[in-house]
Amino acid sequence: MATIDETKSAEGSDETPKYKVIGTRPIRHDGADKVTGRALYGADIKVKGMLYGAIHRSPHAHANIKSIDTSKAEALPGVRAVATSADLPEPGDKIAELGEGSVVLNHLSSNNLARTKVLYKGHSIAAVAADNIHIAREAASLIEVEYELLPPVLDVMEAMSDEAPVLNPDVRTEEVATGEKGDKPTNVAKRFLFEKGDIEKGFAEAKYVVEREFRTSTVHQGYIEPHVATVLWNNDGQITVWTPTQGTFSVRQQVAELLDVPLARVKVVPAEIGGGFGGKISVYLAPAAAVLSRKSGAPVQLVMDRADVLQATGPTPGSYIKIKMGVDAEGHLTAADAWMAYEAGGYPGAPIGAGAMCVFSCYDIPNGRVEGFDVCVNKPRTNAYRAPGATNAAFATEGVVDELCGKLGMSPIDFRLLNASKEGTRRIDGVVYPRVGLVETLEAIKESEHFKTPLTGKNQGRGIGSGFWFNAGLKSAVTATVNSDGSVGLLEGSTDIGGSRTAIAMQFAEAIGLAAEDIKPAVVDTDSVGYTDVTGGSRVTYATGWAAYEAAQDLKRQIIARSAELWDVDPAQVSYEDGHVIGPDKKACFKEIAVELSAGGEPLVGRGVSNHNEPGGAFGTHVVDVEVDPDTGKVDILRYTAAQDCGTAIHPAYVEGQIQGGAVQGIGWGLNEEYWYDKEGSMTNANFLDYRIPTCYDLPMIDAIIVEVPNPGHPYGVRGVGEVPIVPPPAALAAAIQDAVGVQMTELPMSPPRVLHELLKK
Amino acid sequence: MRDFDYEAPTSLADAVGLLTKSNGTARPLAGGTDLIDHVRTGRVSADLIVDLKKIPELMVLEVNDEGLRLGAAVPCYQIYEHPGILEHYSAISDSSNIIGGMQIQNRASVGGNLANAGAAADSTPALIALSATVVITGPSGTREIPVDEFCTGPGQNVLESGEIIVELRFPPRPAHSGSHYRRFIPRNEMDIAVVGVGASVVLDESGENFVSARIGLGAVAAKPFYAQEASEILAGQPVNDETIQKAGAAARAVIHPITDMRGTEEFRNHVTGVLTERVVKKAVERARG
Repeated sequence: MATIDETKSAEGSDETPKYKVIGTRPIRHDGADKVTGRALYGADIKVKGMLYGAIHRSPHAHANIKSIDTSKAEALPGVRAVATSADLPEPGDKIAELGEGSVVLNHLSSNNLARTKVLYKGHSIAAVAADNIHIAREAASLIEVEYELLPPVLDVMEAMSDEAPVLNPDVRTEEVATGEKGDKPTNVAKRFLFEKGDIEKGFAEAKYVVEREFRTSTVHQGYIEPHVATVLWNNDGQITVWTPTQGTFSVRQQVAELLDVPLARVKVVPAEIGGGFGGKISVYLAPAAAVLSRKSGAPVQLVMDRADVLQATGPTPGSYIKIKMGVDAEGHLTAADAWMAYEAGGYPGAPIGAGAMCVFSCYDIPNGRVEGFDVCVNKPRTNAYRAPGATNAAFATEGVVDELCGKLGMSPIDFRLLNASKEGTRRIDGVVYPRVGLVETLEAIKESEHFKTPLTGKNQGRGIGSGFWFNAGLKSAVTATVNSDGSVGLLEGSTDIGGSRTAIAMQFAEAIGLAAEDIKPAVVDTDSVGYTDVTGGSRVTYATGWAAYEAAQDLKRQIIARSAELWDVDPAQVSYEDGHVIGPDKKACFKEIAVELSAGGEPLVGRGVSNHNEPGGAFGTHVVDVEVDPDTGKVDILRYTAAQDCGTAIHPAYVEGQIQGGAVQGIGWGLNEEYWYDKEGSMTNANFLDYRIPTCYDLPMIDAIIVEVPNPGHPYGVRGVGEVPIVPPPAALAAAIQDAVGVQMTELPMSPPRVLHELLKK
Repeated sequence: MRDFDYEAPTSLADAVGLLTKSNGTARPLAGGTDLIDHVRTGRVSADLIVDLKKIPELMVLEVNDEGLRLGAAVPCYQIYEHPGILEHYSAISDSSNIIGGMQIQNRASVGGNLANAGAAADSTPALIALSATVVITGPSGTREIPVDEFCTGPGQNVLESGEIIVELRFPPRPAHSGSHYRRFIPRNEMDIAVVGVGASVVLDESGENFVSARIGLGAVAAKPFYAQEASEILAGQPVNDETIQKAGAAARAVIHPITDMRGTEEFRNHVTGVLTERVVKKAVERARG
């Protein structure tokens, strides 16, 4: 793996490294537990006296619920409680702010236990707790629901038409720019409009204009661990939730709001998490488990199986996108226009806002317009998935860019270098970029051995694609507890889904002058650490890392003050440098002074918080070589290289891991993954056999090139890493397929039947 | 999942007795790789599971002058490693090698694959190509039928209540013969056939002409079947691209593909021809040694 560093990180540099800990590759603190199978994931949690739950789910995609009869389930021996939406408080029209976004509480509540309608197959209707899982499942099957069937609405364009059945009678179209709402029930929950310059003038100046329509399918995050929640509603009214989640504080708030209990009565204990990618933020099981626990007086565990996960959690939307772009004779973009409709699923909330901001994010375009719609359809309510909204958008934009390059006779990489977003570029939605590294990723690919190696085989092709994602700041808190031997425990509220325990500990270690191994990070429950927003938005290494840096600064201040007292000197004469506290005639390293201060005085505890809301953003550029079987349409990936601006790579191995993982998910999305629905709106491939994520046999080694353009808005220059790498793959693959066999793919996934269809049309 | 009883009889008579007595609420288990999953997910329910793996007749694996005897419960890993099968009945080895992953292959059997009567079963087209005979035992004795007649529809077969497949018998292989099975899957592993083709060819001494051929097709109709015209079109013809293309076209003419999450009608139609040609060519290569 190559590292292009402007920061002279510790690794592989002859010059004095800028950092001692940052840029090295220590063994992760949670490594032994993970590789020996000792780590406790959600379903490993067993609480004394625990009951097992099961959920009765809708077999229909769209129906009114006329009645629910739970009497047979309640009568089954071994059943301890049954819950329906009648057991949840009426939320009215309250809106809950959940850190990364807001949600209409009635929708969230109805998504947990359907109230008057079911809006997708697999929609949860009732839950049962019993002595064992078999009784619970049988009881769930004994629940009788009377439905009035309604026609399913499965296509985003069909859902937008005036004739389409309306899923949610309370939804009105909100004009996001003005906050105004429409006056009639609709499936269109939101309309975004961003404009810049004069788009008519821009297209008039263009020599070439390309307009294309694109479609993408619903895809799932595909985390290996299914959702699980274990809840005890204690006799004193205190509620404890054990669950793998990307946001313990978000779960606490959602559970408190949905159950209408005070926040402080809910404690959320994080289990180890087997993948999330954005899909483990919203609650699906905890509220029902809480109600079952209250009714039965015992802790209750609810676990999903794979079919539940695919049918009833939050995938990322299918979409329809129309892109029009113009270039002048020299290849400068003159104008761009996007019209984007994203499927929200049963309730509003598609990531169309982000998609609309990302669609032209890689290009400096003088005149532009982006219109986006959040549209309800009878599919599971979508949720975040790694750079939510951006991959769909990049597939469309990059497809048109590739076609423009063809018309101009210009290499795709030179076209991008000419038009790339850089510091000072104003995006269509108005944001002006600070120092960003898109150009550097393009140069890194252009200079890569991969790009310089020509393709020689028949039916082979090469494609490139670029992508952008934001970097959220939000709130984080870290407590540093100094032990009597000078080692440090780091308490944090950020779920570790990508090695962040270690990346946070490394930043603390760098700041205080310890080794990563001297720090023991722990992800703790909501009663044990300050408020911390979700692990999402590529924010944890950036924001919780910053909080850890602040905790180190706090400790340094305390050490300076107390050392001055100890040494009987003026605090102004004491400083803390390079891991040492230095007085006029004394000097001690952190461990020495920590031992001395801990023995003689009060404990040393540092606190650090962060809440930074202009954290920059990051870009990546990928290049892929494919070989297409012209007789079957099957695409084999021969070689793949991804370059990404990571600001500063705290732990390069985890950065590479994130880039590789993101690229692989993007490849799956690009080639084979899709929700396959029958006419009734039933997903027919709700398993990992026919929902085809790539296996190791389908992938080459993903080469990661770490580009380091330090983020000026972070003490160590960190940028978010996790989400960018899923954005370019489908676009890069489409370009490679075009190069290999001369067909333009405008629909995802580019599965063998779709590619063959285009080949046969040719 | 309801509670059920489990028996592992060691004689054929006991197995048939148990299955007959239970009056349709018992399920035989040859490897269990489908059955266990179906019981677990509630797709199948049973009061009794009868494990067949301890019955000697179902674990027979012999290649000799009289041909091949393949017990219905022999696991795949024993099949694809067997030298006699590799040499003379390689299409069965090809199939056994791609049914599931390694763990599945330690348990799964060709007999079970056939009995499931899945349209996309990976071993059945190979059995058809190699002219297998199915030996069935039940409460009213033993009978034999050609494998082409075994499946009657999706998940449907000719077995009567209490009957099980004991073994598959294959005629000895003539000189200058070769066989192959191949499927199309969207990924490189972990998939069910979108199109599956098994072919067996017999060439003349020169290796330049087809004496006879048998082609079995899977996943392109309600059940795997013998593609008679495509097979017969090759007999007596020279081995060349033109002849083989004709067989591919004839295979396409007799299929009834559907569009589902694994492939479209258009795709299955086209790829049936492509795969038939590729499989026949590979069988020829093997026949020529």
